[in-house]
Amino acid sequence: MKQLLILSGKGGTGKTTLASAIIRLSEAKACADCDVDAPNLHLVMDYKGETERKDYYGLPKAFIDAGLCTHCGSCLEICRFEAVISGKKMHIDPRACEGCGLCERICPVGAIEMHPSVAGELRLLSDPEKGIFSTAQLKMGNGTTGLLVTEVKKQMIKASDNASLAVIDGSPGIGCPVIASITGVDMILIVTEPSLSGISDMDRILDTARRLGSDITVCVNKADTNQKMTEQIRDRCLQMDVPYTGEIPFDPEAVRIVNKGLTLADEKCPAGDAIRSVFENVMNIMNRR
Amino acid sequence: MKIILPVEKEQENTDICQSLGRTPYFMLYDTNTESSEFFQNPASNSPSGAGIEAAQAIVDSGANTLLTPRCGNNAYSVLKKTGIAVFRTIPGPAISNIHAFLEGDLSELDTIHEGRHHGEN
Amino acid sequence: MRDVITERTKMKIAVLSGKGGTGKTMLSVNLAAVATPSTYVDCDVEEPNGYLFFKPEDVRPEIVSVLVPSADPNICNGCKECVRFCKFHALAHSGEHLIVFEDVCHSCGGCSLICPLNAITEHPRTVGVVESGRSGEVTIHTGRMNVGEAAGLPIIRKLMKKISESGQERIFIDCPPGSSCTVMESIRDAEFCVLVSEPTIFGTHNLEMIVELVRTFDKPFGVILNKRLDGEKDPSEEYCHRNCLPILGKIPFDHELGILNSEGKIASRENGRFFQMFKDIYDHITECVSI
Repeated sequence: MKQLLILSGKGGTGKTTLASAIIRLSEAKACADCDVDAPNLHLVMDYKGETERKDYYGLPKAFIDAGLCTHCGSCLEICRFEAVISGKKMHIDPRACEGCGLCERICPVGAIEMHPSVAGELRLLSDPEKGIFSTAQLKMGNGTTGLLVTEVKKQMIKASDNASLAVIDGSPGIGCPVIASITGVDMILIVTEPSLSGISDMDRILDTARRLGSDITVCVNKADTNQKMTEQIRDRCLQMDVPYTGEIPFDPEAVRIVNKGLTLADEKCPAGDAIRSVFENVMNIMNRR
Repeated sequence: MKIILPVEKEQENTDICQSLGRTPYFMLYDTNTESSEFFQNPASNSPSGAGIEAAQAIVDSGANTLLTPRCGNNAYSVLKKTGIAVFRTIPGPAISNIHAFLEGDLSELDTIHEGRHHGEN
Repeated sequence: MRDVITERTKMKIAVLSGKGGTGKTMLSVNLAAVATPSTYVDCDVEEPNGYLFFKPEDVRPEIVSVLVPSADPNICNGCKECVRFCKFHALAHSGEHLIVFEDVCHSCGGCSLICPLNAITEHPRTVGVVESGRSGEVTIHTGRMNVGEAAGLPIIRKLMKKISESGQERIFIDCPPGSSCTVMESIRDAEFCVLVSEPTIFGTHNLEMIVELVRTFDKPFGVILNKRLDGEKDPSEEYCHRNCLPILGKIPFDHELGILNSEGKIASRENGRFFQMFKDIYDHITECVSI
């Protein structure tokens, strides 16, 4: 099964809109939303069928047994994350607790224990016609981890049967979750936008992606909002020997379609046509390998 | 000598796991007794630092050689410091890779990929 | 530079959005620009962008560092008590000496405390920088996390400390996107939160997330509906109406505004029309904060 990952670096470039259209165009029977901080893909995928849910555990967090606590304040003294809240009942703020376990270790009366902490929920949707869709939702206050992204991908691969292509909506940013999205992927499509911040974020992502050895292509969304910058991006890609797979215009029609819960491949519009062309270019490169 | 590999199941003809840090099991083959023992990878479910934890488990096992398809740079830097040799596996079950290694058919692993975090002291 | 006279002189406003690209930076930068004298704080330490607009002068950097351990090889006997203790697996022992993975370490100080031989000491390691500068009457503090680092919290804590010590007047905090601990730290001291949304179902979904977040922290808030399309339904506006959420302002999708923004220009400084628009929003926020 070949894997296509869609990344953007910066948020708001249209990554999810593009990913949903590409999933529809390619009829990929396996897909995943790795943007677990703010998963959006499901809003336009309309998968009918069962949802399998599984708790995702992050690092265990500290918990103070009020019955045993003697208010000595040792935990308050050594905690570097301001997670110990003093008062009539000493307790731990699970949002601040990083799970280091030092308070548990030094509590003179053994009143502190590390408890399993559910950081989110893994979800697997199976639609008999469309295939499987793997995602997760983090509980508030928890950051995306490489492990959770890896679990979302593993879940997808395990459930994917005979799918020949998997499309993954990646994590934004440049940190560990992005690296976890990239491992094992055959092709990365970077979606960028023509702005200073878009270009600077594209550079950072390119740097990261190249080190991990996947094939990469770039396309520009909302390209006509600043044609000058779009050309700069195209030139940059040429310089860096990165295939440039196309440009998508800003399209108010697109917003209307997406707001109906559809993808841009479901109804005709200028942006949808441009995405189709980007998709075909990306597939050509993928199939040549 | 003792050779260690990341494996999917606790059997000699099992597949090699593609990820070193999160492999479910390790297989430890003793060339003197020509037999294998298996143990669970403590790092398989760790949210972070899996490569490092797995590398420590490898060091603690007494292995002198690791056969693996890939290795992140954190795990590699631990192994390098202990003098454990790292070789690249070829497609095929674990036991075939052991034999291939003993025949001198495997080459040393030279491309290390950037792990989740990079750089150690 | 145009002056703004308002009655309320001190306030701390956090600007957040569920996702990047909604217009959080554009809004916080322009609010700081019209409400002078003011302070703009960029807490999006992974990808700070505000400085691209302000191009601050007289920039003074302050290194942000965390403590990481090392073991004295003459004392360490390889017992591996620290390796077993470390929940983040930042430590390994080769049989000869302790190996520390500094960027995996969370700086909890635990290993150094529990080492039975007191062999471990801590030293500072740079994780980022806070750069402070000026642009006209705006003071700018930019937090920047070094590439490859996992944790932005230490940098945000430093930023928050800086502004609480400074006694500065009107402070606009540009928060990181999402709802993780870095966002929480950024809004912790804020008096009022401005939530920026966009008119797509994705935008509405993300707005729901941050409404939940600010409510958890009992922060008064209002919504700015951004990138509005003429004559189009705005699902975020509908969401606000359904839930009786205060709407602070509506910013239309404007080609000229988009161009200025994409070129890193501060719209309110370039064009009187935009100055008025952001000033109106600022006045409206002031009213809400005073209630």
